[in-house]
Amino acid sequence: MAEDDKVLNVAVVSAERSLWSGQAKSIVAKTPEGDIGILPSHEPVLALLVESAPLRVEELDGSKLIVAIHGGFFSVAGNEVNVIAEVAEMGEDIDLERAKAALARAQDGGVTDEEMPAVRRAETRIQVAEIAKGITAR
Amino acid sequence: MGAQLRVYRRRIRSVQSTKKITKAMELIASSRIVKAQARLEASLPYLTHLYAAISAAATGAADVRKHPLMANAENRTRAAVLIVTADRGLAGAYSANALREGEALAANLREKGMTVIPYVVGRKGVSYYRFRNREMAGEYTGFTDQPTYADAKRIGDDLLKAFQTSVEEGGVDEIHLVYTHFASMMTQEARIRRLLPLEVVDEVVEVKEGEQPSALYEFEPDAESVLDGLLPRYIDHSVYSALLMSAASEHAARRRAMKSATDNAEDMIKSLSRQANQARQGEITQEISEIVGGADALSASR
Repeated sequence: MAEDDKVLNVAVVSAERSLWSGQAKSIVAKTPEGDIGILPSHEPVLALLVESAPLRVEELDGSKLIVAIHGGFFSVAGNEVNVIAEVAEMGEDIDLERAKAALARAQDGGVTDEEMPAVRRAETRIQVAEIAKGITAR
Repeated sequence: MGAQLRVYRRRIRSVQSTKKITKAMELIASSRIVKAQARLEASLPYLTHLYAAISAAATGAADVRKHPLMANAENRTRAAVLIVTADRGLAGAYSANALREGEALAANLREKGMTVIPYVVGRKGVSYYRFRNREMAGEYTGFTDQPTYADAKRIGDDLLKAFQTSVEEGGVDEIHLVYTHFASMMTQEARIRRLLPLEVVDEVVEVKEGEQPSALYEFEPDAESVLDGLLPRYIDHSVYSALLMSAASEHAARRRAMKSATDNAEDMIKSLSRQANQARQGEITQEISEIVGGADALSASR
């Protein structure tokens, strides 16, 4: 089937549940080596994701989806893409106010090394939520 | 009303209100089993993908057996045992079974000359250890009926940290899980599972017809680092599934315990009302015989 060769079947799975699955034109994820973009017919890849980063998915109808991913990995085989995250949140589900409050709390009284992951998580969450809001506004 | 009858009626009322409580707890537990099961099922896709990725990375990595999480050192001396119990009681023998299984495992390990370092989940288990003045390396409470991944991660991180510390500095070189396996609504059993070191299984996977052989992956950054990144996830998730399974089992055990409590209360109410009826009848009989006796005495004296 020629048409199937041109779409990615993407599944975003977190430790607690399956978050999203569907077809997409492309995805962009962040690995320790840098951003990596996956288009259909990509070679098989198994890559770790950085501790906290957004994942961008471009759906078939051109609409964009953004997910905050906290730790995990993704695999590409054939046109099957599985994003396996420890914790993942859909951009539109994030409560921006709460994320900002969490960031303020994490930064409260200086940032030690131990608090860095929490700060990064909060920052990613805010970034993702803001992008998601921008998308919905457009 | 006679004193005896009043006592019976009071006891019936009290048993009735106990029955109402146990019935409510039974219903709550039943609804929670379903939720816990759903959560367990929702966590399965992650596990499937994780296993697939680990085996792919292990195939790609140079020498899996040298990986610190898989290496089987010859003389292991310290073992961490994570025991999952309940926060609250009234769940039949649920916590007791897990603790007993844990004790058996500990005895077994000690026989092999190992020191056992307990990590305990659930208030029941913690108080069991406190009462016996045993040291715990970690205690985790407050989430056993609805564990989240964050709870599991906290435990997993502690276990991993202990495993990565050398034995001389108080680390461990084996990790075991004691949890309650949820086989079905009716059957749950305490189980032991060795988490670390991982058992490396060389297996030939037969490719089924119409199924693609697992792809030869390109690793990013490389197979060893991917494996390094995946194995801690595997530990966290194993702890998470153990917690979820135990939570489902806890609710099932509680439901069963509360069901038999409700049934017992019903039996008790039945036998108490029989006794109360008897007492009432006895009173009536006595009154009649008193009246008859009184009338007889009156007519005799006339």
